[in-house]
Amino acid sequence: MRTLIHSAAAALFAVAAFTLPAVAQSAKVDPAVVEKAVTGMFGHAPAAWQEKIVQDETQKACSLHRNAPPADVAKAISAREEKNVVLPADGKFLGDWKSGEKIAQSGYGGRHTDDPKREVGGNCYACHQLSKKELSFGTMGPSLVEYGKIRKYKDEDVKAAFIKIYNAQAVFPCSNMPRLGHSKHLNEQQIKDLVALLFDPESPVNK
Amino acid sequence: MRASRLLSLLAVAMGILWGGVPAAHAQDATEKEIERYREMLSDPFSNPAFLFVDRGEALWKLARGEKNVSLETCDLGEGPGKLEGAFAKLPRYFTDADRVMDLEQRLLWCMEKIQALDTRDIVKRKFGRPGVTSDMQDLVAFIANKSSGLKIEAQQNHPKEQEMAALGEALFYRRGGQWDFSCATCHEAEGQRIRLQGLPVLSKPGKAAQSTMGTWPTYRVSQSQVRTMQHRLWDCYWQMRWPDAAYGSDGITALTVYLQKNANGGEIQVPSIKR
Repeated sequence: MRTLIHSAAAALFAVAAFTLPAVAQSAKVDPAVVEKAVTGMFGHAPAAWQEKIVQDETQKACSLHRNAPPADVAKAISAREEKNVVLPADGKFLGDWKSGEKIAQSGYGGRHTDDPKREVGGNCYACHQLSKKELSFGTMGPSLVEYGKIRKYKDEDVKAAFIKIYNAQAVFPCSNMPRLGHSKHLNEQQIKDLVALLFDPESPVNK
Repeated sequence: MRASRLLSLLAVAMGILWGGVPAAHAQDATEKEIERYREMLSDPFSNPAFLFVDRGEALWKLARGEKNVSLETCDLGEGPGKLEGAFAKLPRYFTDADRVMDLEQRLLWCMEKIQALDTRDIVKRKFGRPGVTSDMQDLVAFIANKSSGLKIEAQQNHPKEQEMAALGEALFYRRGGQWDFSCATCHEAEGQRIRLQGLPVLSKPGKAAQSTMGTWPTYRVSQSQVRTMQHRLWDCYWQMRWPDAAYGSDGITALTVYLQKNANGGEIQVPSIKR
């Protein structure tokens, strides 16, 4: 049995070795060619959008390593992104969970046809399960059901959640989750309201 | 051993309590209904897409432009005017243009070269909406339908076709925009969904890529329009919070080449019908 597993592993290895050159080859596209294509696709967009097309260091590193950065790169990403987190000046992390639930439900904002004056959402349910009552939830991120309850509503976890929502990459380098505070998509109060959704004992997340 | 089995049982039980399973049921039921609906509409007499096909045929034969000729001598890769199977091999390299083109780029090229047609109005109406029909949607529906029942034959012989596939792959993984998204964010891992919408894995060859690419163009019920791959990818970038993606740009074609490569051998059933 054990030898079978071993030979299976060896076979897998052989397959991996064979497929490696193809991966290396596709990685060889000249970055200038990629950026030229990006300009061709989005170069006509309004000036305010142009800075969003240019990649920052973190986006560059995560693209290059296809979201699996080596340890040193991962460390550099979390160190850089941690510095970008702005904690609330009043030292309070908990807002209103009812407002948080609305923000979690709404995916409005950030698209090029969206009205910039309308209130934006965090689109949390697109990827996460939160309230047990909401059956229409995505599975790209982990379930957050009973998030606060499981953590016994501890202060350090409340702060960690604020940081995670503000800048996911400070916690998990190359996370799929948008850096919602860093990109200024959500403001401080909205993030506080989401933290309350996770940590208020009365919130449907913990009920 | 016993403890770990107990734990996994507990995990399953908690999954049920947390609504994971009922949600999956709800999804199954919804998808079954959509499947039934698709079957109902898949015959040419009831799928509204075939109205677009008919209009597309008329546009293909319509003499217009400064030269007042039709598109019937346009070479979509299989020879002038040959439509059968042409869509199955697009995008591909065209010697006369010395570049890789998708169907929509090629049609615009033919309009300009053969008909000497000012395509500004055509491009302005690239995406149809209530009261505005799109010549491109109609023509694509008509031409793609001529490959229905055939298999996708991704073209990868010419070096420029290989370059476009590699560029498409790089674009697929390029994170950017306000939400740090790339195509891979949603279309790389198995079994993921946004809300209740399942997400096909498009980053490797297989059934998911085949059934996705083999069913575009499609009639989008929610939009009452036949939508093309150009529109699908434009729509993806819109959802990704990137700017307005330029119609007929080479980046969109590169992505299509990459996706077709992963969809190679998939059966084409178009125009299909989707939510």
